[in-house]
Parts: sequence; C-alpha cells; structure tokens
Amino acid sequence: MEKINRHLMPSQEPEVRRNNFKEVALGYTDEIAYAEAQRCLNCKNPQCVQGCPVNVNIPGFISKIKEKDLDGAATILEQDNNLAAICGRVCPQERQCESLCIRGKLEGPVAIGNLERYVADYALNNITSNIKSDEFKDRKVAVIGSGPASLTCAANLAMKGVKVTVYEALHKAGGVLVYGIPEFRLPKDLVQKVIDRVTALGVDIKLNVVVGKSIYIDELLEENDAVFIGTGAGLPQFLRCEGENLAGVYSANEYLTRVNLMKAYDKSSITPVKRGKKVVVVGAGNVAMDAARTAVRLGGEVHLVYRRSRQEMPARAEEIHHAEEEGVIFDILTNPIRIFGENGNVTGMTCVKMELGEPDASGRRSPIPVEGSEFDIQADQVIVALGTSPNPIIKNSYPALKFTPKGTIEADAETGETNIKNLYAGGDAQTGAATVILAMGAGKRAAKAMLDSFTK
Amino acid sequence: MKDYEIVNKRDLASNVVEYNIYAPYISKHCLAGQFIILRVDAEGERVPFTICDYSRENGTVCILVQTIGYSTLKLSKMQIGDALHDVVGPLGNPTDLSKYESVLLVGGGIGLAVIYPQAKQLKAEGKKVDVAIGARNISLLMYVDEFKQSSDNLYLITDDGSNGKKGFVTDVIKELVDGGKKYDAVFAVGPLPMMRAVCNLTKEYNIETIVSMNSIMVDGTGMCGCCRLSVGGKTKYACIDGPEFDGHQVDWDEAIARGKVYKEEEQEHLCNLRREYGEDK
Repeated sequence: MEKINRHLMPSQEPEVRRNNFKEVALGYTDEIAYAEAQRCLNCKNPQCVQGCPVNVNIPGFISKIKEKDLDGAATILEQDNNLAAICGRVCPQERQCESLCIRGKLEGPVAIGNLERYVADYALNNITSNIKSDEFKDRKVAVIGSGPASLTCAANLAMKGVKVTVYEALHKAGGVLVYGIPEFRLPKDLVQKVIDRVTALGVDIKLNVVVGKSIYIDELLEENDAVFIGTGAGLPQFLRCEGENLAGVYSANEYLTRVNLMKAYDKSSITPVKRGKKVVVVGAGNVAMDAARTAVRLGGEVHLVYRRSRQEMPARAEEIHHAEEEGVIFDILTNPIRIFGENGNVTGMTCVKMELGEPDASGRRSPIPVEGSEFDIQADQVIVALGTSPNPIIKNSYPALKFTPKGTIEADAETGETNIKNLYAGGDAQTGAATVILAMGAGKRAAKAMLDSFTK
Repeated sequence: MKDYEIVNKRDLASNVVEYNIYAPYISKHCLAGQFIILRVDAEGERVPFTICDYSRENGTVCILVQTIGYSTLKLSKMQIGDALHDVVGPLGNPTDLSKYESVLLVGGGIGLAVIYPQAKQLKAEGKKVDVAIGARNISLLMYVDEFKQSSDNLYLITDDGSNGKKGFVTDVIKELVDGGKKYDAVFAVGPLPMMRAVCNLTKEYNIETIVSMNSIMVDGTGMCGCCRLSVGGKTKYACIDGPEFDGHQVDWDEAIARGKVYKEEEQEHLCNLRREYGEDK
C-alpha cells in the first residue's frame, strides 16, 4: 500500500474567520478530491459502511470520483442519504465511518466526510433529477417537525410516491439545521437548497403549525396512513444553581436561535442579542463549541468551562480544534457552582476546580470537586450548553402515547413504531439529544417500516 | 381569505389597537388565556400577544396591541386586507378560573385583553365577578361598556384622576377588601410593576392571586428558555408552563430585570423606524 497522506480541508485562516460568519471549511477542489479519492482502497469488506448510521455505499461513491463521474457518485450517495451536503459538514466522522478506515492505522483515514461534501455540493449545484417512483401514490403521511429526522423520513417516503405533509412550528423549515448550527459551519443557503430538493419530491411543508396545539395527533392519524414524530430535543437544561435566571444568562438554544434563525449577528436585525465582552460558555459538546465560536465572532473574550478534561469533550474533533484556533479559552476541570450579578444582570460565576476519578456509567472518568478550590470568573454573559430535556407539548396533548421515564418517546429502535398504531417516532425526541446523522438514520428506518406496512 | 390577513382593525384608545386576524389553525383549538406569536414581515422579530377573543366560524383570533415598539408600530401601519408574515399558536395554557366562585379581575394597560374573556365567562357561569381596571388617564380606559355588561361591579381608576377617581388599582383592592368584600381569588394582568404591587398587597390579605406573565420569547414552544422565570424558587417557562402563575410565588425583581434586557436595542430600532416614517419629534 502506497503511503499518501490525507488531504487537509482548505479553510479560512483563524484570524480572518473569527471576524466573519462565512463558512470556515472551504471544500475540496476537483484536484484535491480526485487525489484524496485515490487513497480509498475499495476494501472487499468495507468497514466504513458499517460505521455509517445510514450505511452509505462509501467505496461506491468514491470509486465514481476516481472515474471523475460525479453524476454517478451523486446518484449512489443520494440513494442512501438525502442530506449528504449536511452530513459531510456536521457528522462526527472520526467516530463513525472514518474511525474504521483501514488507512487510519497508517497515515490517517480517507477523508470520507470531505469527499461526501464535495459530491453532494456538486449535486446540489448541478443535478436536478431525483430518484422517484409513484409506487405508493395513494398513501398519505404526516411528519411532525422539519429537522434532520423528519426531512429524511419525508424524502424517503416521497421518493416512493407517498404524499407527505411536514408540520413545522417555527417560521422556517430545517429545525436544528437552521436555528442551531451556525452559518460558519453550515451555511443556511445550503440548508435551503437541501430542503428545496425535498420539496421538489412533492413534500408539502406547512410552517407555523405546532402539533399538539394548532392541530392534534389524533387529527393527523385520522387524515393519514401514518404519522412520524421528529420534534427534536426540546427544552434546554440549565445549571440548577443560584443566579441561572439573571439577565445575560442564556441557554445555547436561545443564543444560537437569535443569531442563526433570527440573524442577530447582523446589527440591523430587529431581533437583538447581547454581545458579551467577556463570555463564559458552560459545556463542551458541539452546541457549546457553536456558541463559543459565535461569541468570538460577536467580539467577546470567550471562556469555555468544562468539568472534565479535554479528552472527554463530546464535541467533534474538528470543532474543538477550530474553537481553539479561533481563540476560545478552555477552562477544563472547572465546574460552575453559582452565578452572581448586580441589579439583576450577570457579572460572573463562582467555579470549583475538579479532578478526575473512576470511570462512571458513561465510561468517562467522573469529575470530583477539589476541596477549597473555589474561585470567581468575571463575565457579562453566560451561555449554558448542557443538553436538553424532552419537550412536553406532545406528551401533554397526547397522553395515550408512551414515554420513557426520561421523558423521551418510547419507540422501537429499529422501526420507530410507538405503542400507537401507525404512529412512529425518531431522532432526538426518541433518543434525547444526539447527532444529525443518528436522527437521519431513525427517519430513514421509520420510512422503511411505514412502506413495509403499506405492502402488508 | 389570505392566511394571517387582518380582517378587522379598530382603535380602542390612544395607541391601542384591536386586530382580528384570519388564522384558522389557531382559532380551531384556541382558548382564552393562550397566546400567539406573530411576525409582521419577513425580517420581523417574533412577538407574543395574548388571544383576547376568537371566532371558530370565521377562523379569526383577536389581539389587543399597544403601539409602543418597533414591531407594534409597523403593525399599526398595516390595514384591513393586509396580511402579517406569519402567526403561530395557540401557545401556552388556557386560563382556568373554574374552581373559584368569587373573583376579582384586575387589569392594567392592555392587560384588559386577558381579563375581559374571563369576565365574560365567569358572568356567563353565574359566578361573582368584580372588575377593577386602571390606566394612566381616561383616554386609556378601554372595554368599559363591555366590562359593565360582564361584571357585577366595575371599578375604574386613573393615575391622574381624569375619570374622577385618582389612584392605582391597588387602592381599589384595598378599599374593597377593607370594606368587607371577600374574594376566592384575584386575577391580575398588566405591566410587571402593577402585577407586583397587586401581589404584594393581596399577600397581606392572604388572597390567592394569579398573574399572566408577558416574558420576552423567541420560539414560544419551550425550545429556547428565554421566557424563564422563578416561581417558588423553581425555574418555569412562561411559554409552556404558563403564561399564568401564582403571583405570590413569582420572583418579581428577576422578572423585571429580564424584561429590560433589550431596552436599549428596542429603543434604537424604534427611533430608526420613527425617523423612517417621519414621525420623530
């Protein structure tokens, strides 16, 4: 096996990008993509495919890049993934497909995510045709929410001719892809193009409809052959400590929604967001990184406070790397215990130093407070990114549906079937906060289960 | 009919406008006490308004809007037949005063929008309902005839005494309770300082008091947590847990501070818009 190093993704320089909201990763050129594709060994038993939650035929589409047949590559990719342009940008490849690549043991895995993005972007800009049959043209399905799980479910059904209506609570479709993930990581024009491709399949998206409030699940079940719930993760969790409701303390959801969905990064936007001078972000997942990097771009000195060490950070490797490059200061092994303020406005937080003990249930070493190590950090803005708990709207409006003790919807992990006939669920609403690709996988499997049920 | 079309619009008082909006998805299931979130145009902010009435037959909802900020000023320029960019709802939980036999409804400013349907309902159910409404001056007293129809006793009061009775709604409550009136509950809706003053007073009298919180919101479905407040030491979301809460448990200082977060930005946007409309003084 010839040794060829993995080709790096061309990116905006940190000093430049920390002052703008344009996409950081610029994408492979034709030359780089072609060269990177050559690194794929086209394994007989490709492990990468097993590592992909939607089992994209990875060697298949990469072979087509080698042949410079991008139309062919796009067709193979789209067969398994309707949101490839998004996955190429936001999937944690280092823990999925790329973690199993045989090349990884030597000089770095094939850059599957970067190649996926390359092909998907080509398809978005150059190919209009979609794979579509009218096999199930007499069937109707309602999909609740328009994030990754719902869009995937809707697209997979529409590709088979099913008449799909998507109900979205916000004024814009896309769920977390539009309100959560920032422009510099996932451009909103691109998300719109992906959504346009889904609607081009015949999917009807109704905005400003809150299922459980504007319309009830009973009504949807009556009017449709099946219903899919993909309402996402729900309520932001706070620290449950003193001072968490001071003015200037945000959930990452609120902060990012103001900036992304409502465009508050633009000073002329009518929806405001505070531009903190000294910002503390709590948490170390992708959402925390998104919030921290956004706060850098809005002109703040940004500290990211995390109770474990860098090794345990749950965010994608690339996000951690980018955040650090952009000047986010990591205060690791640090846990906030109290937020304080003056006249109702936050002025800082008291933290305690932590050390790592034995591994806990999650397999990560559990942090233990160091006695007497309390100290104060000054801050005029605190952004809490500690995950979410399930949204109660569906639960309260439809008590017949079964929920787990954690409050997530109880559904079959393989098919998404719930305890109610013809009612399916998937994505974060079922699993709790997870990744875009896992949500997509659930949407895809639920669509397949629905189609199977239609032929019975 | 276009979605979100303004089907009726009338001035109720100085700077207060009542809008009836075509929104069949909302009117189908909504109940009094719930709210909507609207955006005036494609770049608009998301602003919540309480539903003060609705018609299932006509597919409309009614809101009362005080023209005080950027979006409400823009809205005030829209005419019957114009459509808002989007409206979502019904959000939050309906008011439920069913367990009380004798209620004092207290309204200040456009808080009247929230207490009016309650007065109608309580009266229709044959319960005892007194209404006290307060305003800065006589020109801001609204729904007076409607309240006369829908209450056992109506008490009006103005800050400047221009209606003949000078003072605040708290003065009315004091007078009534000290005079021997008994209420199972007070339902107070208005500006935060007014609701706080009412709660401080009714706490002394030990009368259960319900308030409707008008927190700043973004999505209104629990996703962002912007509208949170402390109630009895616990964090609650006005959008999904409320908007109504036990007023004696609310942390008012915190709610008032959170309500002021964007004051500067709002003022700047409003000034710019006034200049654009040639209305700057």
